[in-house]
Amino acid sequence: MTTNIELGTYAQNTWCPGCGNFGILNTIKKVLPQLQEDGLDPSNVVLVSGIGCHAKIVDYVNANSFYSIHGRVPPPMTGIKLANPNLTVIGHAGDGDAYGEGIEHLIFSAKRNLDITFIVHNNRVYGLTTGQFTPTSPPGFKGRSTPEGSPEEPLNPIELMLSAGATFVARGYTRKMKHLQSLIKAAVSHKGFSFIDVLQPCFTFFDTYDYYNKRVYEFTQQDHDVSDRNAAFVKAGEWAYKEGEQIPIGIFYQVIKPTYEEKLLKGRIPVQLTPGDIRPILEKNI
Amino acid sequence: MKEISILVGGKAGDGIRQAGHVIARLLNRIGYRIFFYDDYPSLIRGGHNFSIIRASEKSIAAHKETVDVIVALNQDTVDNHKHRLNTGGIILYDSKKSDAEGIGFDFMDIVKTFDGKPIMRNTAAIGALAGALNIEWSVLEKVIMDAVEKSVDLNLKIARHAYDRIETPSKTVPKLDQNPLPLVSGNEAIALGAVKAGLNMYIAYPMTPASAILHYLAAYETELGVVTVHPESEIGVALMALGTAYAGARTMVGTSGGGFALMTEALSLAGQGELPMVIVESQRPGPGTGVPTYTMQGDLAFVVHAGHGEILRVVLAPGDAQEAFYTTGLAMNLAWKFQIPTLVLSDKHLSESIFSFEADLDKVKPEKPLLWKNQGEYKRYLDTQNGISPLAFPGNPSAIVKATSYEHDESGITTEEPEAISRMQRKRLRKRKALEDELEKYETVNVYGNPDSKTVLLCWGSTKGACIEVAEALDLKVVQPLILEPLPVEALKKALSGADKIIDVEVNATGQLAKHVAGHGFCIDDMILRFDARPFTVDVLIDNVKEVLS
Repeated sequence: MTTNIELGTYAQNTWCPGCGNFGILNTIKKVLPQLQEDGLDPSNVVLVSGIGCHAKIVDYVNANSFYSIHGRVPPPMTGIKLANPNLTVIGHAGDGDAYGEGIEHLIFSAKRNLDITFIVHNNRVYGLTTGQFTPTSPPGFKGRSTPEGSPEEPLNPIELMLSAGATFVARGYTRKMKHLQSLIKAAVSHKGFSFIDVLQPCFTFFDTYDYYNKRVYEFTQQDHDVSDRNAAFVKAGEWAYKEGEQIPIGIFYQVIKPTYEEKLLKGRIPVQLTPGDIRPILEKNI
Repeated sequence: MKEISILVGGKAGDGIRQAGHVIARLLNRIGYRIFFYDDYPSLIRGGHNFSIIRASEKSIAAHKETVDVIVALNQDTVDNHKHRLNTGGIILYDSKKSDAEGIGFDFMDIVKTFDGKPIMRNTAAIGALAGALNIEWSVLEKVIMDAVEKSVDLNLKIARHAYDRIETPSKTVPKLDQNPLPLVSGNEAIALGAVKAGLNMYIAYPMTPASAILHYLAAYETELGVVTVHPESEIGVALMALGTAYAGARTMVGTSGGGFALMTEALSLAGQGELPMVIVESQRPGPGTGVPTYTMQGDLAFVVHAGHGEILRVVLAPGDAQEAFYTTGLAMNLAWKFQIPTLVLSDKHLSESIFSFEADLDKVKPEKPLLWKNQGEYKRYLDTQNGISPLAFPGNPSAIVKATSYEHDESGITTEEPEAISRMQRKRLRKRKALEDELEKYETVNVYGNPDSKTVLLCWGSTKGACIEVAEALDLKVVQPLILEPLPVEALKKALSGADKIIDVEVNATGQLAKHVAGHGFCIDDMILRFDARPFTVDVLIDNVKEVLS
């Protein structure tokens, strides 16, 4: 896992030209070797994805991976991390996966503060099923299931994750690749549940490049206190995934708390456990 | 046959199950083999709960409709059950709460004498029962000391006082020359079998009647070397389990039919991803919420066919605690050897009943799966002669391990090429042959009763206990397939050879085993089906069988 090229596979890339997913793929391929330089063992990295355009990323990266089913990215990640807490588990999910079919799992992962990184490829449209509205599509979105316009308000995933207890909450944009690299690196290095909502335009079904290019701005720790949860909510409220002139990207919130696996496992590593003697327990029942 | 059946009843919150436990241990300590049936509605306070403790000189796995003693903590117990009393039977009752013909005194008055809590009425009842059955005080004293966790001295005083109130015993339950055995519920036996087969993790969302597996393993986590997890839903449970298997942990999950319905997408992923998965499905009556705390064998067809796509699986159906122990161990080993989902099909009657447990503990061991030898390039889905690909786990510096829900090539990269697809379908289904060969090493079909009888009672799971006793009484043969999928056709043919009349006995409304075996060419002559959410009792089933035979 030294160069960008070696990290590729022989799988043919089938994303549309101009797809925002390329930005995330290239970023991951850059960040993994950087993390390796910092001491991360590449054989301990596991990528997990759901179902949708985003999910093909695991076919394109020559790393351990678990290609799950729609909406079910956090549960296998939880299982992998609990079974062997030495592994570094990075999840990729679409906005349909993360905020639609599998939202309960996302909320619980944040609530537990499981030490994993969860990257949402948020294009605000269903791509692989050819253009329906998602939980973060703007109101009135005209898709194939809502020709008259979506009747729903969008979720604000940043606010949702702050409420649920995530200890690292960030937003990135695929056209800001250097910034995204720094976010993903910080997320993987963070001990606890790291969440990044990545604005990733779908060139074919919902081209938002111009919209984002005009509005996205980077904020830094100099103008935002990441340990202040109230300030994080205020920042998150600047853009509600609908109208709005300013879209902040950066780390909204970061604190350190005990992780789920620390509390649940208390130092045990399940893949290394050996069964105990059942006889003394049976004798108690005579 | 020396035997006695005792019914203890009251309202929820009276500590009926706890009292039943003490009574069961009391009879166990004087050499009896126990079957303990627990009947309770889905509520926490009020209602009517009762337990039947049947003690016999022989091993048993069923209870009878009739009883020899009723211990009544309220009037409902007397009114609902006095018709069950055998000739010469006795009713021991709390005279403050109920009225009956029998031995009655004010249990609460005794409790108050010692400043006890109202729940200790059950201790007074047990003391009186031991006196009435002429069981030595020292036996009860020891059981209370071992069984009661809090206020042991107080409970001893109350029990002793009630014991002494019985001046003349009503009958004598003789001590037998047999060693006591551990008393184990079906759920506990399932848990212990899994542990002996190398269980690392148990993941479950609470659902009656499977919840006690989670409670038991959580209580003994440290001693048993198991990590237990209670996630957000059964969907979360099943997908987490697949993540743990991918990472190399031997994991089991448990639920009832409704929870299993939510796990079926994960079952299908286990099929495509070739991820080992052990699922305990403890049935209760459906459809829908059904009758949550009662029993039914209504999910056989569901578990055999669950999951989209064509999935190789094993369905094992134990009928008593020993079988629950062995088959769960087998389910764990088969899941890992063949990298498939395996299902242990229990029901409320097996899961929550308690049995005298007499198993060869060392018969269950963790068997090693086929592991990759760290040579050459690792291919997670290597196409092999028997279809089984060597396993490697993430963290191995020589391997890239790619598991997937998509159809894939040998390395685990998505494919939509027709040849590659049919090749992988064949590879996965080819494991069936190796699996069937492996199963030939085990007793997959049990035969009881008179092996030469031309009349056969065909049953599965928890119905076996009642069938065996009926067959012994009427000189019939019992055939019980222990593995329902893949159905051990040759072993079943052998067991059923020479039969003139096959009577299918099941606790469901449509005869699911009968239909399942008919698909393999076995013809059933008659069916005895019970579907009022209660299990067969020995005496009721005898009447049912006689009716069919006449």
